[in-house]
Amino acid sequence: MTHLVIDGLSMRFRPPGGGTVEALRDINLSLERGELLSILGPSGCGKTTLLNIVAGFLAPSEGRVALDGREVRGPGAERGMVFQQGALFEWMSVRDNVGFGPRMKGMRARERAGVVDHLLETVGLGGFGDKAVYELSGGMQQRVALARCLANDPEVILMDEPLGALDALTREKMQGLVLKLWQETGKTIVLITHSVEEALLLGARLVVMAPRPGRVFRDERLPFAAMGAGQDLRAVKRDPDFALRREEILSMIWDMEEEIMGRAPNGAVPA
Amino acid sequence: MNEFWNEVGGVLSAAAKALPWIVAYVALILLLLALWRGARRLFGRGPQDAMRRTVTFGDAGAVRASPLASVLSIAAIFLLWAAFTGSVLVPSWLRAPGPFVGDGRLAYTAEAPDGARDEATVTVAVRPEGETPDIASGTPGEGFAKDDAVLIRAGRATLVKVQDNDEVTAADGARIVAVDGTAMEPGGPGLDLGWGRVNVTARGTLNVAPDPGWRMEPLWLPPPESVARRLVEIAQGGYRDASLWEHLGYSLFRVVTGFLLGAIVGIPLGYAMGLSGWFRGWFDPIVEFMRPVPPLALIPLVIIWAGIGETGKIVLLFLASLWIMAIAARSGVSGVRLSKVHAAYSLGASRAQVLWHVIVPNSLPDVFTGARVAMGVCWGTVVAAELVAANQGAGMMIMAASKFQQTDIVIMGIVLIGVIGLAIDLLMRWGERTLVPWKGRA
Ligand SMILES: Nc1ncnc2c1ncn2[C@@H]1O[C@H](COP(=O)(O)OP(=O)(O)O)[C@@H](O)[C@H]1O
Ligand SMILES: [Mg+2]
Repeated sequence: MTHLVIDGLSMRFRPPGGGTVEALRDINLSLERGELLSILGPSGCGKTTLLNIVAGFLAPSEGRVALDGREVRGPGAERGMVFQQGALFEWMSVRDNVGFGPRMKGMRARERAGVVDHLLETVGLGGFGDKAVYELSGGMQQRVALARCLANDPEVILMDEPLGALDALTREKMQGLVLKLWQETGKTIVLITHSVEEALLLGARLVVMAPRPGRVFRDERLPFAAMGAGQDLRAVKRDPDFALRREEILSMIWDMEEEIMGRAPNGAVPA
Repeated sequence: MNEFWNEVGGVLSAAAKALPWIVAYVALILLLLALWRGARRLFGRGPQDAMRRTVTFGDAGAVRASPLASVLSIAAIFLLWAAFTGSVLVPSWLRAPGPFVGDGRLAYTAEAPDGARDEATVTVAVRPEGETPDIASGTPGEGFAKDDAVLIRAGRATLVKVQDNDEVTAADGARIVAVDGTAMEPGGPGLDLGWGRVNVTARGTLNVAPDPGWRMEPLWLPPPESVARRLVEIAQGGYRDASLWEHLGYSLFRVVTGFLLGAIVGIPLGYAMGLSGWFRGWFDPIVEFMRPVPPLALIPLVIIWAGIGETGKIVLLFLASLWIMAIAARSGVSGVRLSKVHAAYSLGASRAQVLWHVIVPNSLPDVFTGARVAMGVCWGTVVAAELVAANQGAGMMIMAASKFQQTDIVIMGIVLIGVIGLAIDLLMRWGERTLVPWKGRA
């Protein structure tokens, strides 16, 4: 049975300056339970808009999103979100951040402590519970964000460039963590990235989007996530097949960007 | 228009008079800086900082207030104050020379209408206030101009009617034409006597100005010890039917009450403006109009409405803090990062929970900044309001004292007002550090 259905989704913005921006046109996707989908595309192709509609922060101009047959009409705890940065609550300790969802649901403090401690262990932050979030490094903060999302035990986890602001080394470690969490929890995950390598490594399925209007350009299954979950991510990257795919997708996106530049309005030279 | 330019001229000439003093003060600062640099070089510590930076000029992070300079600055203020008020707190060689005290002498030449001239001697006893020596004039002397003996207060220029005892007086048409043999003209330049100056006024009278010295008169600036003495005296005996603590307590009570009322109304108002377009639309014109109106400008209206009692002052302080707190809370709410709100909703929070757990804590740093500003404004406003009308309070104390020219009380009051204002700000900063430690670190 399909789990998450995105059906005929279109989104047009009317910015206050006038005119219309067609951010998404006729997006159709369906995800099975436990699928890990990575969405890749050049900047401005509507990835964030799509995720925000699934999360329920935006209402689409046309089409609908349904989770287990129930239409999405607003944000809900069954769809957890991990943001790029700065979505943690600085006024709370790491522990309180992670325990936020359960607390909102009215879970008792003692019960909550068990859940929180377990999750902090899982993301590798055992012993950091009483720290203030602003005392942590960027990578550790994203670990907290992952744990906070998992604490609510959502059906779907939506991630908008969750590792985008991290340095290369930290990023690699975090990619391993995302794969591990996917493997261990069996959650449905939609992960947005603009890194081709990350999309290939983490996605069991890859959707490439094209801009203006934002649409699905390619939709395919990938073997690397399953490989990576078992072994070292480095080994996967050394795989000749992986290198081949990366080159192929890179040149595809490259072409896309060229095309956009060629179409830049009134001959302006884009940056 | 002419009057305006006269005023401008007055301002400029006052500035010109102050200029040498400012230059001297800056020279003192630079001299001490040079000494300090020299000392450091002498003891082998170059102008290098602890972080071993070579670029310090232009690096804002390398500029740290020099504690030595602060200590010297405060010491210099007290030294200058003590020196120029002849304070007993500093050794006598550091005190600025006081006004001339002693006996002076001058001789004037009067000319009668018939052209006859005669000279007479004036013995001038210059004494500080309170001293009254015997001033016996001996023999009145020869001729129509008679010798005089007068008492003049130290540092005070005084008109001396030396002709009144002459045989041919000013009323008879006699004029003073010379002093100590130097020709003088009515309204003309003065003459240096060695112990003071003398000139003939436009109406022909002698104006004797004994050397005022370099000290400030206590009326303008009392020495530090007399301010301290006043402080002890008023701390023990009170001032004007209320103890010192009552005066200060009244001021503080008004500030705290007015500020709290302003915060209690202003913060929710700011939240409403930050969260609802209707409320923002409704209150924006009011808040934006009231914000630039200085609270002091409301004092007359508040006095008309509520009189000079406590109500009026608390209403004034309420209005002073209300707009500041409303604007601070509004910007605190507007400044919340959308992703935090989204995250909270995605974690299952209700609207009320988002408000209480995200929006309110997120706005606290701004609210605290506003509170610091509001407390500062309230403290300034309460003092000003008490200057205008009050029966107790720090402002009332210095206003009443100024009416009786009790400068020492005025200065004591100003120092206390400054100290309390500083203490309030330190307290607010401490509260900020402990209650919103994440400020500026999001
Ligand atoms: N609120 C909005 N108002 C107007 N245009 C918007 C708005 N949000 C996004 N867009 C436009 O929609 C397009 C897609 O944006 P976005 O989803 O953020 O892209 P991506 O995340 O892939 O970089 C962009 O052209 C962007 O300028
Ligand atoms: Mg985006």
